[in-house]
Amino acid sequence: MSFESKEQADSYWKENLSIMLKLLAVWFAVSYGCGILFIDELNEITFMGFKLGFWFAQQGSMYVFIALIFIYVKQMNTLDKKYNVEE
Amino acid sequence: MDVQILTYIIVGLTFALYIGIAIWARAGSTKEFYVAGGGVPPVMNGMATAADWMSAASFISLAGIVSFTGSDGSVYLMGWTGGYVLLALCMVPYLRKFGKFTVPDFIGDRYYSDKARIVAVICAIFICFTYIAGQMRGVGVVFSRFLEVEIETGVVIGMAVVFFYAVLGGMKGITYTQVAQYCVLIFAFMVPAIFISVMMTGNLIPQLGFGSEMVDGSGYLLDKLDGLSEELGFGAYTEGRKSTLDVFCITGALMVGTAGLPHVIVRFFTVPKVKDSRISAGWTLIFIGIMYTTIPALASFARVNMIETINGPEMTGTAYAEAPSWIKNWEKTGLIKFDDKNGDGKMFYSGDERNEMKIDRDIMVLANPEIADLPAWVIALVAAGGLAAALSTSAGLLLVISTSVSHDLMKKTLKPDISDKTELLYARVAAAVGIVFAGYFGINPPGFVAAVVAFAFGLAASSLFPAIIMGIFNKKMNKEGAIAGMVVGLVFTASYIIYFKFVNPAANTADNWLFGISPEGIGTIGMLVNFATAFTVAKLTSEVPQDVQDMVDAIRFPKGSGEAHDH
Repeated sequence: MSFESKEQADSYWKENLSIMLKLLAVWFAVSYGCGILFIDELNEITFMGFKLGFWFAQQGSMYVFIALIFIYVKQMNTLDKKYNVEE
Repeated sequence: MDVQILTYIIVGLTFALYIGIAIWARAGSTKEFYVAGGGVPPVMNGMATAADWMSAASFISLAGIVSFTGSDGSVYLMGWTGGYVLLALCMVPYLRKFGKFTVPDFIGDRYYSDKARIVAVICAIFICFTYIAGQMRGVGVVFSRFLEVEIETGVVIGMAVVFFYAVLGGMKGITYTQVAQYCVLIFAFMVPAIFISVMMTGNLIPQLGFGSEMVDGSGYLLDKLDGLSEELGFGAYTEGRKSTLDVFCITGALMVGTAGLPHVIVRFFTVPKVKDSRISAGWTLIFIGIMYTTIPALASFARVNMIETINGPEMTGTAYAEAPSWIKNWEKTGLIKFDDKNGDGKMFYSGDERNEMKIDRDIMVLANPEIADLPAWVIALVAAGGLAAALSTSAGLLLVISTSVSHDLMKKTLKPDISDKTELLYARVAAAVGIVFAGYFGINPPGFVAAVVAFAFGLAASSLFPAIIMGIFNKKMNKEGAIAGMVVGLVFTASYIIYFKFVNPAANTADNWLFGISPEGIGTIGMLVNFATAFTVAKLTSEVPQDVQDMVDAIRFPKGSGEAHDH
């Protein structure tokens, strides 16, 4: 065991899950939310020459996906350092 | 110089490059063969994974699908990129820490059971074979159109090249060839897209171009496309026709299926550290995103271009006698058909009874440079790009097939005492057999290639993905639960798809579907069925052994991962 105590291990895992779930909530919101469930409502709005819902489905969601992974990497590297479990 | 000679030169140069890399990166041990020695830098792994993932279907067919279905095509764009978020956040770091070679390795060890391992092996092999048949066909189509050789000859040349670097180099050879192939394919995809974007909208960036106004002063491109589509009876381009629930489920099945594909997952076993595997997933999605955000732009450019060329600027039809040469070129391949129903000698394309054209979706990317009248070298480049996409994916799939046989089946199950050298031999023989099998289906394509894609994703979504996720996030999940979940999820999804695609295709309409969910989307339900079964069975059966619980604890943080294990 690389953690000092079981409590340390548990709270690391808890923080890890919280980072993950927050980012997954955004992932769900942009793709399933903006790109599918609310696409018709968002299509009423025009954005840079696109209908907004259509833009989310064919462009925006993918940009957000990329951003999410890099945010995750940054937050996890910080977390690993905090608990001293980085490689 | 004419297109044909240029194509020979460009394709010849890229093939020479791939073979050169293969000779330089020969694999000497099973570790090099399976995971490239575990020393691939994250950015390079990102490129290789992107090439591995973007198949002949992505390169050749996807823009065509989006072009023909408009907003409904979004499911593929979101589905095939969103899966990487799941991979990066929920799977890759933990599987890298686990540190072995294959997906069945993880499932077999985590569920302390050879039965679980074998179920995983069967899923992995089936998914890979499904995919690879389509790749070889792609190679054949590109060869026959651009180099004017028989499809059979094209497939055999493709087989020979893949054989050379996959069998010789294993993962090590494949990785570095895939990096080169990524560069070729992305260049080949972007150059015509940028050309066309500038010609139509004056914008250098296709992603912005398709939201811009047309240079000919006819207003916003997408407004024009909506107008044209409605006038011709297709319905507005930017509005969907599928039911929301079905779109939801298809996107889900494609995302989760992507995250469960063994040839993608294993690529992340090749980087040195857990930290590298996380960032590598990010690089992968950037490299994929460059192409996937361009695809919808290209799709709408191509759509406008094609309608205008065939129907003429006045939308009254263009005389067949004056048709541009690409129409006649592609008629020879049977991918375009013209039937002069009203006998006026003019072509007309529409979504209603006025239609006189039959146009295959697959030509949208391949014929695009000709439709837009681009220089000959761009056309040659597209041919090389299509081949790079097909070859890189085939090689990645072959590797999974060969490791599944040599490592998971022989070494781990049937003959545990074979030496490293014998295991390597088995791996190479299995790869060779895989190539011959793929080539056979490339030459004699089964009519169901398109249908089985739904199969591959559905299976990955309903079997491997839940088993891996529960293995990481639920310490209490035992072997009984996991096996029951995989089997029930698999049987449910497979029977639904087999029934609607093969047994009773006539009934494949929304009225007969379960909750109106198409066979493409049923993997999402299969996944839920898997989870539900697994949790119920696990509640009723034995505890997970302590050493396995300790292993799960150990994969949950990066420290001490070391290099990918020797065994």
